[in-house]
Amino acid sequence: MQKDKIIIAIYVDNRYGVLSRVTAMFTRRGFNIDSLTVGETESPEYSRITITLSAAKNDKDQVVSQLRKLYNVKKVIVLSQNDSIKRELLLIKVKNTEKTHADIVEATNIFRTKIIDFTDEAISIEATGDSQKIDAFIEYMKKFEIIEMCRTGLVALDRGGTNIWSEHEDE
Amino acid sequence: MKMTGAQILVETLIEQGVDTVFGFPGGMVVDIYDKLYDKQDKIKHILTAHEEGAVHGADGYARATGKTGVVIATSGPGATNLVTGIATAYLDSIPLVAITGNVRNSMIGRDSFQEIDITGITLPITKHNFFVHKVQNLAEVVRTAFELAQSGRPGPVLIDIPKDVQEAVFDYKKKPVAKLPAIPACSDIDIEKAVKLIKESKRPYIYFGGGALRTSIGEDIEKLADKLDAVIGCSMMGLSEIPTDSPRFLGMQGMHGRFASSVAMAKADLIIALGVRFSDRATGKTEKYAPSASKIHVDCDRAEIGKNVPVDLGICCDLKDFVDRLTKACPQRKNTEWIKKVNSLRQREADAYEGLPFLPRDAINIISDNIKPDTRLVTDVGQHQCWAAQFLKFRKKRTWITSGGLGTMGFGLGAAIGCYMGSGSRSVLITGDGSFGMCLNELATAVTYKVPVTIVIFNNHALGMVRQWQKVFFDGRYSNTTIDRKTDFVKLAQAFGAKGFKATDKKTFEEAFKKAYKVKGPVVIDLTIKSDSLVLPMLKPGGTFNNLILRREDISDAEG
Repeated sequence: MQKDKIIIAIYVDNRYGVLSRVTAMFTRRGFNIDSLTVGETESPEYSRITITLSAAKNDKDQVVSQLRKLYNVKKVIVLSQNDSIKRELLLIKVKNTEKTHADIVEATNIFRTKIIDFTDEAISIEATGDSQKIDAFIEYMKKFEIIEMCRTGLVALDRGGTNIWSEHEDE
Repeated sequence: MKMTGAQILVETLIEQGVDTVFGFPGGMVVDIYDKLYDKQDKIKHILTAHEEGAVHGADGYARATGKTGVVIATSGPGATNLVTGIATAYLDSIPLVAITGNVRNSMIGRDSFQEIDITGITLPITKHNFFVHKVQNLAEVVRTAFELAQSGRPGPVLIDIPKDVQEAVFDYKKKPVAKLPAIPACSDIDIEKAVKLIKESKRPYIYFGGGALRTSIGEDIEKLADKLDAVIGCSMMGLSEIPTDSPRFLGMQGMHGRFASSVAMAKADLIIALGVRFSDRATGKTEKYAPSASKIHVDCDRAEIGKNVPVDLGICCDLKDFVDRLTKACPQRKNTEWIKKVNSLRQREADAYEGLPFLPRDAINIISDNIKPDTRLVTDVGQHQCWAAQFLKFRKKRTWITSGGLGTMGFGLGAAIGCYMGSGSRSVLITGDGSFGMCLNELATAVTYKVPVTIVIFNNHALGMVRQWQKVFFDGRYSNTTIDRKTDFVKLAQAFGAKGFKATDKKTFEEAFKKAYKVKGPVVIDLTIKSDSLVLPMLKPGGTFNNLILRREDISDAEG
């Protein structure tokens, strides 16, 4: 069956233990999370969880319906791939040598990323963008021996003036 | 009024209409038990032999009455002993509130004596659970728990209360019970779509389950079937909602369902599924399930629609509203050929049973023929359960009490006690020597409370259902299913203070049953049956209902 990348935004009560209730649903029903981010929102009552996963149509419906049944889940929407703004943050540390450092600096310029730490041994770079850009940047950096890296996973919002409480198609 | 947390809990239970709780005391619920002691006139506490018996009791109480069952257990092992019972209620969508004590907030996370993270453990088997941090939240948590347990698709909710919260003092103010949020009605468009599918069909089959029982729509389903000229079948959880002798009713379908009911479902061109979840025990392999049928699936839980079986029309709405409006909107249909076909299936089923000496079926018939209509028929899990589901004659709603989804051996005795506490009706527990062995300690409880339950042990000296699989699919290699224990169930019953009888054939069983049914307290009848008795029909793994095993001779080479 064809699987699509989907982005789900979830508003939950900003309370202890809620994240584990949400992730437990995925574990129990056998769905695999690709990335997960969680943080505060415009309202202190709620946290926003952004989850990306690959799923067939039927699984997508099932994930959304099961999430909506959770008591602490207040709103679930599936964000459109085209009509949403998506960003991810990457911190990456690569080895610095005399031979490579000019190439690294040039790459950070081309990818429009930012050097945030520079020593004789290593260069640390901050990159933001959609997941494809981050993937491409990491791929390029592999040339220079990656010492360590971490990425945040995706955060995403609808384009335009709507928000999560606005009416969405699949409800 | 200022009260301690324990007092607030008890007052809120009374406020929610609770008159019976099941439980077992312990160190971290001693405050709650102290306050229950003051309110014995309002809340009856049933003390069981084991927490598992208590939770099955609360579950049986809920199944028999439709009300929410309540169970109390202490922290640690008390709480973990509830787990099987909570899962049983979860899989069968039974409204249950489980209350556990826990160590003080200041002791949490230190692996204190009898400390366990019960909210973590029960997370996947409850609708929701609460850890009460502060006494300020306690009353509202209890109210929300009751609302959650009963609303929409019912289920178990657990409340974990640390000891310091039980001791702390706060204001309590009585509140009226909140009205449950209504399940939405269905739309006119959905009714139109359903009518269209009905008009295209010639072989309609109405399939109902536990949701239909919960909403008590048996009569409405019968009316709809008359209008559609359809036949009716049900899942194990739907049994007793429609009387067994209702003319269009074919009985339970599924892996070990009635032959005519299962085959008719496979041959139907339209299945109207009401309050079911298309369990694998009901469908067999889902890819091969009723391939020629259009499917309409109506349930109050949206997540059930399309979960196991793809459907042509899925509606998340109030079942009664759907059935009533569809009956009105649909023109009178006539499906003579279909009814004729189904009748021939029924005949084939009757012929297959005809004249064969088969003690389990005869025993079930003797039970059916010698009980009052409101007798609760409780089972454990295994072959006896399937025979009971196939052959019992149901005449009143909510008289069938069984663990359908989880298949919990040991469920029966606790549930039978709970049933009696809720309904005041006599019950018959149909069990096996395997299942009964799991929780027979509750005989003590049944004797204490003089529970009028006739316990019939279908004793094949084996774990029959697994043995049946070993016979049919594993060349008769009976690994660990021969449990030829030396237990004397008659003496065992007597040791607990109950009566016990032994029976070995139709005649001795009938005599024993009639005698036992009159006794005011529990009676055990040890009925010897053959160890190689089979539950038939039987669906082969990966098979379809078109090639059900109906008779013993149909089991090919594996027959030893």
